[in-house]
Order: sequence, then structure tokens, then C-alpha cells
Amino acid sequence: MDTTNFFHSVTLDRDKCHGCINCVKRCPTEAIRVRNGKAVIIKERCIDCGECIRVCPHHAKQALFDPLTVMDRFSYKIALPAPALYGQFNNLDDIDLILGALLRMGFDDVYEVAKAAELVSDATRRYMQREDIPRPVISSACPAVLRLIRVRFPQLLPNVLPMHAPIEVAARMAKKAAAQKTGLPMDQIGAIFISPCPAKVTAVKMPLGAEKSWVDGVLAIREVYPKLISLMREVPSSAELANAGRMGVGWGSSGGEAAAALKERFLAADGIENVIRVLEDLEDEKFYDLDFVELNACSGGCVGGVLNVENPYVAKAKLKRIRKYRPVSCNHLPEDDDLSRLLWDEPVEYEPVMELDADIKVAMEKMNRMKEIESRLYGMDCGSCGAPSCKAMAEDIVRGFSSEEACIFKLRDEMRSLASGLTRLSQFMPGPSINSDVEQDK
Amino acid sequence: MPEPIKMEYDVPGDDFTRAGAASGDVKSVLKKLGLSSEAVRKVAISMYEGEINMVIHGGGGKIYVEITPEAVRMSLVDHGPGIKDISLAMQEGWSTAPESVRNLGFGAGMGLPNMKKYSDHMEIHSVVGEGTTVDMTVQVI
Repeated sequence: MDTTNFFHSVTLDRDKCHGCINCVKRCPTEAIRVRNGKAVIIKERCIDCGECIRVCPHHAKQALFDPLTVMDRFSYKIALPAPALYGQFNNLDDIDLILGALLRMGFDDVYEVAKAAELVSDATRRYMQREDIPRPVISSACPAVLRLIRVRFPQLLPNVLPMHAPIEVAARMAKKAAAQKTGLPMDQIGAIFISPCPAKVTAVKMPLGAEKSWVDGVLAIREVYPKLISLMREVPSSAELANAGRMGVGWGSSGGEAAAALKERFLAADGIENVIRVLEDLEDEKFYDLDFVELNACSGGCVGGVLNVENPYVAKAKLKRIRKYRPVSCNHLPEDDDLSRLLWDEPVEYEPVMELDADIKVAMEKMNRMKEIESRLYGMDCGSCGAPSCKAMAEDIVRGFSSEEACIFKLRDEMRSLASGLTRLSQFMPGPSINSDVEQDK
Repeated sequence: MPEPIKMEYDVPGDDFTRAGAASGDVKSVLKKLGLSSEAVRKVAISMYEGEINMVIHGGGGKIYVEITPEAVRMSLVDHGPGIKDISLAMQEGWSTAPESVRNLGFGAGMGLPNMKKYSDHMEIHSVVGEGTTVDMTVQVI
């Protein structure tokens, strides 16, 4: 497999990694193994959900994002704040203060991702009027969920909303408007996303549904936050910058996107384990009468992203407060819009990274071997071999990157039999005398 | 030709929360084998419906699965009360599920019809008082 196709925004600080199995156990695609005492990410499988960053007790798993100096690369810089950013501040009723502080930080313009989210919601409502689409429609805005579906739930790909995420729409609209306003060439205009999660970094570097992302840089909310805190005090109360309503801002936490789709029969699940459970059930058609499914890899939705500052549930409450002061929705598509600007340029296709072999006969042989190996293991799922479970270890052996000796219980068995052999050998005395044998023979 | 893959599952008779465990496991095996999405879907849905039936009506039992490069064969065996009138049971909407089960969202009378719809071949053998065996096949190629 060509691993150059897999950029990831999750990396490992080898010095900090203890080689424990916290991340190995929690990875939803079984993409991590411990080898030579350090965690290793299987690139094809990683979906950049950030779960390993969250659970690592030694902070060895880190998210990649751009340094603040990324702004210096452009002569005209536009900040694209995620709605989740609005939930990070105490006692805040006015989004204008955040947007004003972003301008004071050195940005020339601000384009709220929440504004683009309202356009995407409008487009979603129109898309869902189509008769020829499979239902329920599954949201594609969370890049980790989209990547999860691509590797684990190919049956559901036809249900996925083939629409650019608000961040992409925001970057394109903002850059086009800036080019018109300033007359600058596109490459001198930078659209810089203020992000709650590392999966968005991957979505920018390796987009799905489009050849190239319109976003030029990704900053972490937690890096921008301390700067904004001090600059917010300088923003005059008269600033009027906010341009998104409750619907757009609501996208920052779980349920917001589904509510904005204006469908009564919807479901919103958050947290990667819950998302997987819902996808399994969707695959088995256990839900009837559902129109729309919103899925977010992080608990609480985007406010739960690992690059945030505030606790997700507190952030959700704060977001709710700030939404109260906004109109319902401020942005709509033109009546005759054919949605083509918002729909994916290319389909997202199944990535069969979980398959044992492309040839079903070989895959079956491997599966039989896998079951046989698994039956010999102890089923403790202890993780000492570096794999998340005995089943995963059996699979690793069949795939050729582990061996049964890596199991400490098997090793103990070997040592026991070796030890008993040694005992037996140590007690060995030259056998019954030849004379007695001879006597018995008589 | 590779050896067929054989799997066996115990289905508990009284626990709704565990129904679906067997079909879920089979689904993950089929995905690893690289079967088409359509085949995986057909097996998952028909087997899940059968599993639920075994919990509601059959008092639990056993499921035997055999996978070859051509087909997935499932045999669902219970020792429950059996089905009095199979052709009636096959009608959409016909159900003998008790009220308590209907309250949980099951018992819509779609179990057997869905199993027939999603499998390529289905046979039911049932003896009242002895139990029911449902054999289903989903073609892979």
C-alpha cells in the first residue's frame, strides 16, 4: 500500500511514550501497535479522530497544526473561527468581541465558519428534498467520522451527504470575496482556520471529496485563546462583525447540525464509540423512519475537540448562552442555486484497509488460520504483545507482523515446559542397571 | 479451494441486549474477507432478524455459519414452541409477539418476511412443541 497517500495530524513524541497500551486499546480502527517499547501508528488505518491524544497519560501523542507564524506567509489574511471557539470564554454574550480580537491579532478579515454552516444547512435542506437519495442522510462534516465510514462502513457511503464541510465553503467564499475586494492574486490571500481538532488539519492537507482544500493554514484554538483573552479587552463595544445566527453557531456542539436541517426525524450521536454503535445499527437497518443522522467523533461535538481549552460540557453551555443573543439564521442561498458549488467535486470511495487480502480465497485461508491461532491464545486481551486484543494479535500474525512468541502467556507456557524439562533432565540418572534388566529378561 | 470458515454462536433466550452480537461478529468477519457491501448487508440483516426471532419466540438456541467463496450459509436452530402455520407467519405484519415485546419496538411482523427478502434462499423446518430450524443462504458471487 502506498503510504505516501496518508498524511496524519497525530504524531508521537517518542521520548515521552512509555509503550503502555492506553492508546492501543482505545483506537477505534485498531491502528496502533506497540513495537520496541513505543507506539506505532498504522498509517492506512488512522482516521485522525484524536482519541489517542485524549487518552495518553504521558502526553506523548500530539496533534500537528500550524504555528502562529503561518500568517506571515500571506499579505492578506482571513481568520476562519470555528463555532466551538465561541464556547471557550467566560461571561461572554457578544461574538463581536472575539471577532474584533482576531482582527487585532493581525488578521485583515474574519469569515465565520458558522456563517458558511448556515449555507451548508440551507443546501442540506434542499438536497434532502430529492427523491433519489438513500435515507437516512448521514452528515459528512466531521472529518474523522467520514474517514471512519470510508474504512469501516462502505455500505453506508451512498447515504453520506456529498457536501463540502462549512470550513471549505467558508474558505472559498472568503478568499473569492477578498480577491475581488483587494485585487490580490489568490496565493497572497490566506484563509486560516482556528480549529478545535486535529482531524481538520488532515482534512485540509488530504481532503476528501475535493482535489485541493481552500484552507491555507490551521491554528489550534488553544494556541490562539490566550492571545484573544488579552486582546478582547481592547475591542470597542460598537464593533459589529458577527454575521451568523443561532443555527450556524449551533454547529459547534452535537445536535446543532441536525437541528438546522429542520427535520423532525433525526438522530445526533457524539463520541467515537457511540458513533460506531449507530453506524453498525444503520448498516443493519435497525432504524426506521430516520431522515438525518449527525455524527461527531468527539463527545459533545466540536466543543469536545482536543485542541480546545474549555471542558466540552461547559463549552456547550456557554455556546448556548451566546446563541441566545443571535437571530435564528442570517445566511441563505439564492433561490435558484443549483448547489453545485457546495457538492463534492469527486466521490469518496471505500478504502479497504481492513481486508485480509484482495483475493477472497486467500482471505479465507488467512481467516481460518487467524481463528486457529486465536483459539490457541488465552483471550486475556492484555495488550502486552502490543496489539489491542488477542483477536487483533492473531490477525497481525496472519498479516505477517507479529508472532505467537510475543504473547507473554505463551512465553510463560514455553518457560514452564522448558523448566519441567530441565527438572526432569536434572533428576535423570543412568537407568536401571544392565544386570537387573538382564535378570528381568530371564 | 480454501476450507470453509465455520462459526457457531449461542443465542441467549431472554436477553434482548445481546441479540445482534452473533450477526455483528459475522459482519466483521465478512468485511475482513472483502465480500461485497451488498452481500455483507444481506447477511447482516437476515441474520439479525433471525437472531431476534430466536430471542423473542424460540427461547434462544444456536446459530451455525459456514462461509465459502461462493456463499454464506446460516442455520438458526431453536427448541422453542415451533411455528403452527408457516405460510401465515411469512405474511408481512403477522406477529404473535406479546405486548411486552411490541413495546420494545419489535414484533412488527417483518422478521420472517425480511429474512426471506434479504437471503437468496430460505427454508423453514418447524415442529410444534419441538422447535424451529431456519436455513438461509446468501450468494457471494
